[in-house]
Amino acid sequence: MVSFKRIYADFKVFSVGYLRNKYGLFFGLIFPVILILIFGAIFSGDTGTTDIYAQNKDEGIFNPEGITGIGINFGDQFLSALNESSTIRVVIVDASENFEDFLKAHSAEDGIVIPANFSKAYASGQQVNITVYGSPASSTSGIVSGTVSGYANYFNLQHYNGSVIIGVTLTPLNAQQTNYIDFLIPGLIGFSILTNPMFSLVNIAADYKKNKLFKQLSLTPLTKMEWLTSKVLFYIVLSAAGFLLMVSVGVFAFGAHIMLSSLEQILALIPFLILGPTLFASLGMLVGSVAKNPETAGVIGNIVTFPMMFLAGTFFPLSMMPKYLQTVAHVLPLFYVTEGLNNVMVYGNITNACIDIAVLGVITAVIFLLAVKLFKWRED
Amino acid sequence: MFSIEVTDLKKSYGSLKAVDGITFTVKQGEVFGLLGPNGAGKTTTIEIMEGLRERDSGEVKILGLDPWKDGYEVHKKIGVIPQEFTFFEKTTPKEAINYYANLFNVKVDADAILKEVLLDEMEKHVFESLSGGQKQKTGLALSLVNSPEVLFLDEPTTGLDPNARRAIWEVIRKLKSKGKTIILTTHYLDEAQQLADRVAIMDHGHIVAIGTTEEIIQQHGSGERLEIQGTQQLAKYIKENTDLQVEYNQIREKIIIPLKNKIDMLAALAAAEQSKMPWGEIQTLQDSLEDVFIKLINEPLGEQQEKEIEQKSNKKGRR
Repeated sequence: MVSFKRIYADFKVFSVGYLRNKYGLFFGLIFPVILILIFGAIFSGDTGTTDIYAQNKDEGIFNPEGITGIGINFGDQFLSALNESSTIRVVIVDASENFEDFLKAHSAEDGIVIPANFSKAYASGQQVNITVYGSPASSTSGIVSGTVSGYANYFNLQHYNGSVIIGVTLTPLNAQQTNYIDFLIPGLIGFSILTNPMFSLVNIAADYKKNKLFKQLSLTPLTKMEWLTSKVLFYIVLSAAGFLLMVSVGVFAFGAHIMLSSLEQILALIPFLILGPTLFASLGMLVGSVAKNPETAGVIGNIVTFPMMFLAGTFFPLSMMPKYLQTVAHVLPLFYVTEGLNNVMVYGNITNACIDIAVLGVITAVIFLLAVKLFKWRED
Repeated sequence: MFSIEVTDLKKSYGSLKAVDGITFTVKQGEVFGLLGPNGAGKTTTIEIMEGLRERDSGEVKILGLDPWKDGYEVHKKIGVIPQEFTFFEKTTPKEAINYYANLFNVKVDADAILKEVLLDEMEKHVFESLSGGQKQKTGLALSLVNSPEVLFLDEPTTGLDPNARRAIWEVIRKLKSKGKTIILTTHYLDEAQQLADRVAIMDHGHIVAIGTTEEIIQQHGSGERLEIQGTQQLAKYIKENTDLQVEYNQIREKIIIPLKNKIDMLAALAAAEQSKMPWGEIQTLQDSLEDVFIKLINEPLGEQQEKEIEQKSNKKGRR
């Protein structure tokens, strides 16, 4: 029978011991914050021009009246004119894409769409509107809509003496502007969810085995399941504290946009803060159990941990990495933590977050049970 | 009423027979010492009794229970200090006692236990800052939390200074006076003589002698002997002029004569006097437990074997 009294007793002794250890506290809570400050400072610089996604649906026209030439596409002309501006760099999106989904998928908040009848209308003097997507809260949206309007006026002047042929429709996007810091916060939360329980449990597992502390504990009614549960609980609490600390630093020091406004988002966040520490505490225990001695345990621990630390979207968003590395990332358990946290905190995409939770739940259950089974109190 | 019954217990690590068919019993309230050189199989035996290791064959009953199969029940009734006891570095002795009390679901007076093991002045110090003796006392304190009927102390004073050893002895004597059954392994013979009602001497996985220390000395010792300080020539003279068996220890310059009868002493001394050779101090001596121990253990230092056992047992335990 699992006894909560025993779990609590073990939790208490472990927590008090942890809090007395300055190094533990430093690496548990302060170190990730320092990382945020460093990386946040490195990448907080402005880049000057703004990338915007543009989709040209313009079908073009053949031999329009009054204008010579065959097969003219004014949409293309408009976009290349825009591209020559110093404020905007146009990134063309294929006409077959669903533009709003595309923006979401690329976490972009600015974009323009040129309608199918653009050339036709322009040539025949009928009014036509370019749709500009943007978020009112975003600092770049003003630049984009301003620049597009300016070029629309220029096109109007060129052929129609200023009468409004090309208009601009502003479509507010329900997306916030995302900066590097916005990715960095969930990434580093994932980083600390990985490293704290993982390194600590690898260490403890090997150390307790060497010092015969597991033997010692096996002589009490405490079961190994209870023991591991208490460690997991501790790292859940530590991760939650780290989460609050890192989010505060991100928001107050760098103005990170964290989407935690709705109850739904907060509820979606909780599973990551529970499953993540559970998974990595168990994984650490597993590594420590199969290793022969503390030195080997440390090496195996690093082999398991380091790829995740860098490739699972912790220090930079996955989209920055080449495709094959993105594929590799999908086999790293931490990926589902960082992706999930991004889905909740950056994109507000709860549906996708639920998929991450499901995958994470399965991995966690398997690793936890494996750890409980493979680590031994007694010897035979 | 026996607290412990061990019958034909065997345990091997690969080809190494760590424990090779030992049998003994321990009565309730008795202090039983397991003596032996390093690698004799003491710790393997005690760990099997504690339910920490599985035996290969034989019977082990602790308070009527099988320690491996009924480990959970057995552990509620026994107290254990493993060899080189360690605990969570940042935990104080008092916190440790309360932690154990919660695990065992018992109410204890932590201060009283600390007092009992003479550790009350250290209650606020974390484990890593304690001295070797204080750490062992913390172990003793923890082994008492569940008011055990049987205590297993595996080399409780190894590596401690003489004062710390004596303090631990004092605690063990107090526990004995309370009627606890105590199993003690040690390689200090004085410790066994001071504390144990009966001892078993182990070597290479066998029990080579068992009983009270007096019984063992009587059985395995050589009886009384006469020692005369003198030269090798004198030894030779005595040997040639009496029927006595005479040995000579060159290093100590002692003539050693085992005495079958008290009267042999007179014959030896008369011969010495007759020789006109000088002779010094005379002594009659009896084998100590140490003499018997050294006689019984043919290879006194089994360090290599102990290492081997440790390596093999660790390998086994890892699965």
